[in-house]
Amino acid sequence: MPDPQLSLMAHLMRRAGFGATHADLEAYADTGYEAVLEDLLHPERFPEIEQDLVDRYHGTLDEDLGGNLHELPAGVWIHRMVHTRRPLEEKIALFWHHVFATGSAKSEHRPSMNRQIDMFRRVGLSDLRTILMELSRDPAMLYWLDNNENHKDQPNENYGRELLELFSMGVGNYTEQDIKMAARAFTGWTFKQPIPLYTQGSHPAEFVFLEDDHDGGVKTFLGEMGPFNGEDIVDIIVKQPATARFICRHLYNFFVSDEPQVPSWNQVPPQDPAAIDVLVEAFVESGGEIRATLRALFNSQFFKGSRLKRVKSPVELVVGILKLVGISDLPAADVARYANATTFMAQTLYDPPSVEGWHTGQEWIDGGTLTERVNFAVNEVGDAGKPGIKAIVERFANNGASVSADDFVDECLDLAGSLSVSDETRGAFVRDAESDGELRFGNDAQRDESTGRIVRMLEAIVACREYQFA
Amino acid sequence: MVVTTNSKRPVLVIIQLTGGNDFMNTIVPYANGVYHDARPTVGISEDDVLPINDTLGFYAKAAPLKEIYDRGKVAIVQGVGYPNSNRSHFRGMDIVHTCEPESVGTEGWVARAVRELDPQNKNVLTCVNIGRGLPRAMAAPGVTVTSVGDLDNYGLMTGMTAQAQRQQALDLFKQTYTPTSGTGAVMDYLAQTGMNVLEGADRLEAAPAGYSSGVKYADDPIAWNLRDIARVHLAGLGTRIFYTSHGGYDYHANEVPTHARLISELSTAIKDFYQDLEEHGAHDNVAILVFTEFGRRIRDNGSGTDHGSGGGSFIIGDGVNGGLYADYPSLDPNEWLDGEDLAHTIDFRGVYATLLEQWMGLDAVPIVGGSYEQIQPFH
Repeated sequence: MPDPQLSLMAHLMRRAGFGATHADLEAYADTGYEAVLEDLLHPERFPEIEQDLVDRYHGTLDEDLGGNLHELPAGVWIHRMVHTRRPLEEKIALFWHHVFATGSAKSEHRPSMNRQIDMFRRVGLSDLRTILMELSRDPAMLYWLDNNENHKDQPNENYGRELLELFSMGVGNYTEQDIKMAARAFTGWTFKQPIPLYTQGSHPAEFVFLEDDHDGGVKTFLGEMGPFNGEDIVDIIVKQPATARFICRHLYNFFVSDEPQVPSWNQVPPQDPAAIDVLVEAFVESGGEIRATLRALFNSQFFKGSRLKRVKSPVELVVGILKLVGISDLPAADVARYANATTFMAQTLYDPPSVEGWHTGQEWIDGGTLTERVNFAVNEVGDAGKPGIKAIVERFANNGASVSADDFVDECLDLAGSLSVSDETRGAFVRDAESDGELRFGNDAQRDESTGRIVRMLEAIVACREYQFA
Repeated sequence: MVVTTNSKRPVLVIIQLTGGNDFMNTIVPYANGVYHDARPTVGISEDDVLPINDTLGFYAKAAPLKEIYDRGKVAIVQGVGYPNSNRSHFRGMDIVHTCEPESVGTEGWVARAVRELDPQNKNVLTCVNIGRGLPRAMAAPGVTVTSVGDLDNYGLMTGMTAQAQRQQALDLFKQTYTPTSGTGAVMDYLAQTGMNVLEGADRLEAAPAGYSSGVKYADDPIAWNLRDIARVHLAGLGTRIFYTSHGGYDYHANEVPTHARLISELSTAIKDFYQDLEEHGAHDNVAILVFTEFGRRIRDNGSGTDHGSGGGSFIIGDGVNGGLYADYPSLDPNEWLDGEDLAHTIDFRGVYATLLEQWMGLDAVPIVGGSYEQIQPFH
């Protein structure tokens, strides 16, 4: 049986971060669940990743307009996810990237996308009002949803609509009239682009409010009336009960258990309404603070009992594997390879397919993506020279001269991240291990043979069905 | 209509030109002064055009495609697009994959066609994508399609070089993907998908082994992919729709050399593919659709062209009456869309419907989401 403390910690780290090595899990278990959770919720207690090191490898990520727009920044982000000492900071940035899905395929403008993701890191755990205000001033978002074309005389509803439909309240909680009013309130919210995109390279854009292009007239929005500006709209949105419920369902969907796809939420009730109630209470009591809501979430029984309830996103799968095998803490030239790996599994960071974001859960899986997931994981784990794999072999060797098939399988599951699998899966692993007899480490030849067997068992583990779940 | 005399079922091969192919620089309005004025940098000079009439000609790099055209087997569909495309440039590929310009679609049109062709998912190879990553056109809940990155190395655990070891790993994989009761719908779906992958890989293994050809394909991605399609088609595995992508057409910058290379690779690969099928007598039930998500801006930007509208498609095959279909978009500046774009003359859904109804024998309305004007390119 796996140590329950360790496997609970592994569960927390998979969800609040991207997994952890066995050695890290042991250290966390010594610290205790609630203390580790507080550390996760307070990223500022730990040093940032050394960005100048990244820049020395890749130049500043804003440059290099040609070639593939997404793969280098995405690869560097994956590198960050693997090596950060602030895992929840990266995870919450990924969460908001899912919810406020902005694609660089439209803007083809790296500086703005990089600044948006940085903004998610900076304010992602703060309160929703702050987050929506930052979002409404974010050049990448303003361009993505055409708010730069939202003029006093000619409103463009795109941002106003998605702010309500996808970013805060969800369909069914406002009227078309409310959308029009929100759009009017955000007229004049745009950005300036100091230098044209082509062919001089790309430079940061800056938010500007154009008073002349703003419709200052009286608007009726969600039952309130006034000469509303965008800030007023955000203020009104964040106090709506529907907003608390919608954001909490997003948090549940991302951190706890797969819900149906977002567009169906106004028709399909949550699978666990009581859990959403718990989150909503924490959200409302804290004035819409994400940190406080996540504290309630991660301390809840519904979270602790939610193992295997989410299909890993491609990014979670790839980063989890890289943490298991260990990769250089320098952002090597081939980080883009990892970004491509997630693309082949149908998730391109910085480039969600639409403003609706990625379809998650079961929809991550088809024959092609499953093949990519399994082959990527198996190939990475199959390299016995990787530091993480070496450490696992060492651990076996230090534990004793011989290991039974049962213990061998359990130890591998434990070392691969304190994993739990079905009895059937475990049975298949044990039968396979038994067919090759006991593991021995008595001499070099035995050690080599045993290393091969450990690697093969780890390959089988990362290929199995349960491994596709977080 | 569908050729059924030899009881072969019709097959559709779809080639997606990713990024927005420059139709004006593929089928060039070489005699038009507006064209040359608007494109001082990327315009194709008359010397580089293979005329098909007094006004239009193939870009010379497309000479291999022109050869098939001269044999009367290429339908050029001019001015393909959709309403309000200007607003939706960035969603272009999404729209042409889901046939839903107004809202975010969730089901791909190809997947919906596959659902009609094989409602019970009896053959995991009814629809085969050659390439890594599944295009949205092929994705819909409950529809099985097989996506092959590399036919010679397709399947699970392909990184393992020792055969015995790989077989042992596959056996173990199979055991861990055997459906188990009470683990829930998603676990069951994972199990089914894993089994489908194993079955697809087993059946595809036969394709490279049984293949020989006098055609020597070029050494570039689109040639490799079309060769893979030929090998699977010739293996007779029941595949009705093949799909592959040719990337790199989004040339905001540096269009001249990029377009030349891509069009040359594409045309050569199509010609070799067609010849390969002819050599094996396996061409008469195949129609090829070459499409792209949008055209490009009329004026160049000093290096390339930005996203535009009014693109073009090709339908190629033995059953095709070669020639020009729909109208070439007007180059008259008074008729430019939003003062900068070609106005489309046929809806892309009409092109899909043409292939679905007249070639595949399916009802197109539910697949493309309505009735759209079709062309009549088949004998």
